[in-house]
Amino acid sequence: MITKETLPIAPKVGTSGVLPNVLRNSRRALWPLATLVLILVADSLISQNFFGIRVVNDPLYGNHFYGNIIDILKNAAPVILLATGMSLVIATRGIDLSVGAVMAICGAVAAVLVGKGDVAPMPVPLIILISIGVGALCGLWNGFLVAFLDIQPIVATLILMVAGRGMAQMITQATIATFVNEGLAFLGVGYVFSLPVSIFISIGVLILVYVLVRRTAIGLMIESVGANDKASYYVGINARFIKLFVYVISGICAGIAGLIVAANIRGADANNAGLYLELDAILAVVIGGAALSGGRFYLGLSAIGVLIIQSMNTGILISGIQPEFNLIVKAVVVLIILLIQSEIFRAFIGRRFRRTS
Amino acid sequence: MKSRFLTLAATLSVFIGLYLIGWLRFPGFGSTVVLANVLYDNAFLGITAVGMTFVIISGGIDLSVGSVIAFTGVFCALLIQNTGLHPLIVFAMALVLGTLFGATMGTMIHYLKIPPFIITLAGLFLARGSTFLLTTQSVGVNHPFYQQIYDISIIFPDGGRVSFLAMIFLAVLAAGIFVAHFTDFGRNVYALGGNENAALLLGVPVARTTIGVYALSGLLAALAGVVYSLYTSSGYPLATVGVELDAIAAVVIGGTLLTGGVGYVAGTLIGIMILGVIQTYITFDGSLNSWWTRIVIGVLLFVFIGLQKLLTSKTFVDSLSRVFRLRRRDPVQAVQP
Repeated sequence: MITKETLPIAPKVGTSGVLPNVLRNSRRALWPLATLVLILVADSLISQNFFGIRVVNDPLYGNHFYGNIIDILKNAAPVILLATGMSLVIATRGIDLSVGAVMAICGAVAAVLVGKGDVAPMPVPLIILISIGVGALCGLWNGFLVAFLDIQPIVATLILMVAGRGMAQMITQATIATFVNEGLAFLGVGYVFSLPVSIFISIGVLILVYVLVRRTAIGLMIESVGANDKASYYVGINARFIKLFVYVISGICAGIAGLIVAANIRGADANNAGLYLELDAILAVVIGGAALSGGRFYLGLSAIGVLIIQSMNTGILISGIQPEFNLIVKAVVVLIILLIQSEIFRAFIGRRFRRTS
Repeated sequence: MKSRFLTLAATLSVFIGLYLIGWLRFPGFGSTVVLANVLYDNAFLGITAVGMTFVIISGGIDLSVGSVIAFTGVFCALLIQNTGLHPLIVFAMALVLGTLFGATMGTMIHYLKIPPFIITLAGLFLARGSTFLLTTQSVGVNHPFYQQIYDISIIFPDGGRVSFLAMIFLAVLAAGIFVAHFTDFGRNVYALGGNENAALLLGVPVARTTIGVYALSGLLAALAGVVYSLYTSSGYPLATVGVELDAIAAVVIGGTLLTGGVGYVAGTLIGIMILGVIQTYITFDGSLNSWWTRIVIGVLLFVFIGLQKLLTSKTFVDSLSRVFRLRRRDPVQAVQP
């Protein structure tokens, strides 16, 4: 009797569950995507041939593509890395303020290890691994404070944010540690398939993390811990380990981003590498539609958020507006995006329109 | 003793300890010159930190203060140099602007339910951007009033010179302590930071308090900008980048919990003094590099947060009171040992 009653219901859920899910997801993607398209259209109105891509013959790296879109992607690459880690951290109701400082530390480690000469004292892949390992260690420290000492994430990561730049300066001995090693510089200035290698690195990491969390149960656990860590614990999720995990991922992402930024200028600048990039990354995650109160993350949309910020920056730069306007335009656009995404504001506007009509 | 006072006592003993270490190594450390200079050099930071204390006690955060200081400095310098307005009128305008800026952020935080972190981050960009709009150059101020202000000071017998700027800081601090502990607004701020929903149910005017807290922070940031303008006799658009972090660090070291609801304005003074003493020690030593300042501040942050965790954890407080035979018989007696 009971099985007869319940059986017909089960397939119904299965068949109808897929389509609304896709619809719901696409509706969430609508605002960030629309914003990106809008900003790109605005960019193309500002500058002639904005989407034009031409092939440049570079004596050092051979033929490669060149254009505004390539530029946006290349500049967005480090922030996409940061935003990937930050999405996971924010999903657990955390925040990682230290990523900019971690970038500086990892860049400094790589630059110092590779040395001043043409030939590095140890294999470059090893240096890269060590630097990323240092990033993971930084993440481990943050995660330890948050997960095991129960320190509020904003404070826990503030410690490394303040001390990290001091450490980076200590590593570079307060100089900008420059290097000429081509192997390390390749990460920042090299080209693969005529496209900047940093684009492939960041998208590769994004896909890797996506597969890691969305093709396993980890993603679900992360969201569960963010929604309610006590309940998750009682359900049998190791909430502490999940928190530790997301900060380590964030540290690794920041480490790779630090390598790219250092490689791009062939030097580690302890004071300026990644300065304020943590704020850009957090902003990108929020623009991508995730709430700072945790419980949800959308890796793809966070990357779209980064592209929104970057196409805005590039647009302002090529528009010929004085660079002094840069920050103010950014602030205003960010505020507008936040307002549009605020449900309360949308409801308020909706009420207004109904009242007048 | 209440655990909240314990944190404050720990902060105070760290300050005294650091100061004694400095004194043992450098006899000059004991002079009032050092203390007076710490107050003078950190007056703008201290004023900002008092505002930040209120914001943090209310459970929020204000990242925009560094940019507001820079904006005010440039705004004052430009108006004083290019118009005939008296500096005091310009200062008043700057304070009004800062208050309005903070109140706007508070309004958006309360009514749009966007996290303070994000709104004040946009505020950081906006204020810094507006500063670049005004000028990208450093603007010097040559006004006799600035010299007059500089000449006002109390001089101790051994040479310590408490400048007018330090006096402004101390006055703001006293006012902050008064507002926090003896006014309705102060009580509401604590209630809001303790639990916003409970505060709302108890009849705390949440909207007014939230807006008021950010307006106060904006006002004090603008005042800090005025003090910074008097301190440097100039306005520089790239000045005070990252001061918000120093202010937050001073507040946390001063024993205020970033979760909100707990903290003392007086603790912030000690937090500022600790930062100042570290800087002075590094200057006196001469062989230490500047990066040690940041590392030591980071370590101190860690130590204090760990200490707060320990002191606010129930098991620790319970075992402590067992050791001191303060086992709770009933709540009233437990407070009075």
